[in-house]
Amino acid sequence: MFFNEKLEVSAIKEGTVIDQIASKSTFKVANILDIQNIDQVVLIGVNLSSKKLDKKGIIKIGGKRLTQEEVNKIALIAPDATLNIIKDSEVVRKFQVAIPDTLEGIVKCFNPNCVSNHQTIQSKFHVLVKKPIKIRCHYCERLMGGDDIELV
Amino acid sequence: MLKNRDIISILDFTKEEISYVLELSKRMERESSADMLKGKILANLFFEPSTRTRLSFETAMKRLGGDVIGFDDPDKTSTVKGESLKDSVKIIEGYCDIIVLRHFLEGASRLTADTVNVPVINAGDGASQHPTQTFLDLYTIKNTKGRLEGLSVGFLGDLKYGRTAHSLAYALAHFNSEMYFISPPSLRIPKDYIEQLQLRGVSYYEIDSLFEVSGKLDILYCTRIQKERFADPVEYEKVRGVYKLSRVVLDKLKIGNDLKILHPLPRVEEMDESLDTTEYAVYFQQAHSGVPVRKALLAAVLGVFQ
Ligand SMILES: Nc1ncnc2c1ncn2[C@@H]1O[C@H](COP(=O)(O)OP(=O)(O)O)[C@@H](O)[C@H]1O
Ligand SMILES: [Mg+2]
Ligand SMILES: [Zn+2]
Repeated sequence: MFFNEKLEVSAIKEGTVIDQIASKSTFKVANILDIQNIDQVVLIGVNLSSKKLDKKGIIKIGGKRLTQEEVNKIALIAPDATLNIIKDSEVVRKFQVAIPDTLEGIVKCFNPNCVSNHQTIQSKFHVLVKKPIKIRCHYCERLMGGDDIELV
Repeated sequence: MLKNRDIISILDFTKEEISYVLELSKRMERESSADMLKGKILANLFFEPSTRTRLSFETAMKRLGGDVIGFDDPDKTSTVKGESLKDSVKIIEGYCDIIVLRHFLEGASRLTADTVNVPVINAGDGASQHPTQTFLDLYTIKNTKGRLEGLSVGFLGDLKYGRTAHSLAYALAHFNSEMYFISPPSLRIPKDYIEQLQLRGVSYYEIDSLFEVSGKLDILYCTRIQKERFADPVEYEKVRGVYKLSRVVLDKLKIGNDLKILHPLPRVEEMDESLDTTEYAVYFQQAHSGVPVRKALLAAVLGVFQ
């Protein structure tokens, strides 16, 4: 299913194209979208050349519209990603993913002693810096950076 | 100013609010009346044992005419039957006007404050925040130095895990302190905290030995070096001696008498009793500040000062 961008197979009629993914994060983004269980056409490309990034990945999904939660998660894993909405084979909307100011139920606190890991509550983080990402747990106040982030 | 506020973390407080709490604390030393909080009930919920903090809250509340209910032995409560913290505090808020919580899980106080409508005071949650301790540290510094602004403050000992030191550093960042973090390399203050202090424009130095800075300090804040932190006992023995303060050490340092030494107590062996009778030692005074500071917070949160 891998494709070269120039190949015709990469075109979809309706759907979403996630572009400008840092190449090494492509499969993490695919996991967020649970792509294995989608019935629609999915095209994944990695190590493609890019003007902005060193090597980029692309995921093209026929039909699928992303939820806000999925977009928030993608923003954490691939902060440079752009979303392109395709209709009738044309890009009708294009936007940059953005990290929200608070992250609820998305990231797991890395502090084993944090109350959010022991009671049935959603994790919650305040985003202090978006790039490079730095977040603070609402509960235990520990600071986490990009390397510490694990999605729930 | 602080009516109905939760006191969870020192990070929630502005410079003005901190100064206000310290002023009220001073006022409480002079003119606290025995019926200020008459008819009010404080629930002291100690899911983890503590003596000094619990007793000083109790004393503060009673001196202002209020009542105290609570527990300090969670084994006897419904938690052992598996009740969630949220459920416990939702029920208990119906019995009281204010909750004081100590818990072994970090962030338990924030969760409680988010859950109940009565104000919540964090009396220490695990290795996380202990804001009333920070307020009384600040109060002691202000009382002994006459000001908070522009002091040179040394933090000595275990700066990696010592949360009282982290919280105090954050608070002092409002007051243009110059900070000296004195610790063995293995117990340095975490990089994240340093970054936060940098964002706040603090000038700081990380050094190995008190001998490098002693003459420059107004305040020395000592913390306990805990043996459990070291994988290698030899390593522990090495640093232990270096960070042990005594009269002899201070004499060698030729420090002026105006250096004041604080310690959140309990101490183990990092501070020799020979220091207790010197002009430097203010740690017992610091421990006693717990009562006026907690009186001030209780009265302010319960709306005595409009
Ligand atoms: N019909 C389509 N099917 C699949 N992919 C498409 C389609 N139209 C555009 N794309 C892809 O979506 C991304 C964004 O498209 P476009 O806005 O044209 O390019 P760029 O963002 O590089 O300026 C590109 O990777 C492009 O290859
Ligand atoms: Mg509340
Ligand atoms: Zn946490």
